[in-house]
Amino acid sequence: MDWLARLGRSGLSFAARLGRANLLMLGMLRGLPQMIRRPRLLLEQLLSVGVLTVLIIAVSGVFVGMVLGLQGYYILSRFGAEATLGVMVAASLVRELGPVVTALLFAGRAGSALSAEIGLMKATEQLSGLEMMAVNPEHRVLTPRLMAGIISMPLLAAMFSVLGVYGGWFVGVGLLGVDEGTYWAQMQSQIDWSDDVLNGVVKSVVFGVVCTWIAIFQGYDCVPTSEGVSRATTRTVVHSSLAVLGLDFVLTALMFN
Amino acid sequence: MSKTRQIEILVGAFMAAGFVALFFLAMQVSNLGSINAGDSYKVLARFDNIGGLKEKSPVTLAGVEVGRVLDIYYDANDFRAVAVLGIYSQYANIPNDTFAKILTAGLLGEQYVGLDPGGSDEVLKEGSEIAVTQSALVLEEVIGQFIYGKAQEGAK
Repeated sequence: MDWLARLGRSGLSFAARLGRANLLMLGMLRGLPQMIRRPRLLLEQLLSVGVLTVLIIAVSGVFVGMVLGLQGYYILSRFGAEATLGVMVAASLVRELGPVVTALLFAGRAGSALSAEIGLMKATEQLSGLEMMAVNPEHRVLTPRLMAGIISMPLLAAMFSVLGVYGGWFVGVGLLGVDEGTYWAQMQSQIDWSDDVLNGVVKSVVFGVVCTWIAIFQGYDCVPTSEGVSRATTRTVVHSSLAVLGLDFVLTALMFN
Repeated sequence: MSKTRQIEILVGAFMAAGFVALFFLAMQVSNLGSINAGDSYKVLARFDNIGGLKEKSPVTLAGVEVGRVLDIYYDANDFRAVAVLGIYSQYANIPNDTFAKILTAGLLGEQYVGLDPGGSDEVLKEGSEIAVTQSALVLEEVIGQFIYGKAQEGAK
């Protein structure tokens, strides 16, 4: 009997959490008109969510591209197909690695910071303070953060892909001696703007929504103690990563079937 | 410089960098950008079969890239494919009886146009046509001929 009750309780609390997350999303979306009137709030969040994430994205992009160049060259040269190195690097970056790795790094760098910040705001009763002053904390605090995440993700993913392509170019053309013209020409003839690049952008927007939503919800919904905040931060990273990887499969199956 | 102005500049730079990256993906990585045929002259070459030749494939002479394939279309009058080769302007002294053939880089590599210069004093100019060409090697046909030949041998 006991385990049945436990199962029921966890099921109920899961459904309740899902409901709260959706209500929170609705509440944040309702804050949009207010945010448009005050773009300064969005600007500050773009700085902390987007700009400060650029460095880690740039460094990982270059290195992922360089590794793709090395690995791709190793395999392709066995078949005498080094000429397609550019296609291989660009396709894997634009379609998969760009959006996914950026989202994972974004969850680790920006998502965890968002959770911790909002969780601490809750623990130190700043959110309640806002409410006491008749300011809706969802609109004032959360909406700009959500929008900043949604705007930043596709831009970061695009930077990641471009730097990765140049990383692959550096290794393939610069070090291993693939023909420069072939590298770019094959890439341009095989990579399609709408099928490959735009679908990658759509993916990164979806990941941006999901990662930021999870981060904000975990922070907003945490137990307002130091332990609760730390748990919320951990859960943000774990849940975002799982959600990104799972959704990536679904999106890929839908887009590229 | 005030703090907000600094933030504005940083965010502006971030968004500009993001859009530049997207633009780069569009023009340089994918096929949205058109080929830059700036300093080149166009030469036509007719092939019976172009195999896997594509636009932007290289055109080489003695192994050195001297141009790119600009366009490929089908000529309904003589049932052949026409490849428009853009030869870079610095290679202006290619004889007009040059021989063009479609070659493959490696066994499975990409296909390209190889030029074998002839001995004529006249040179290729904008709009001139290469008279002698050799089609792409289609692997299935070669294997098919080989097997057919073997079978004939066996029948004797």
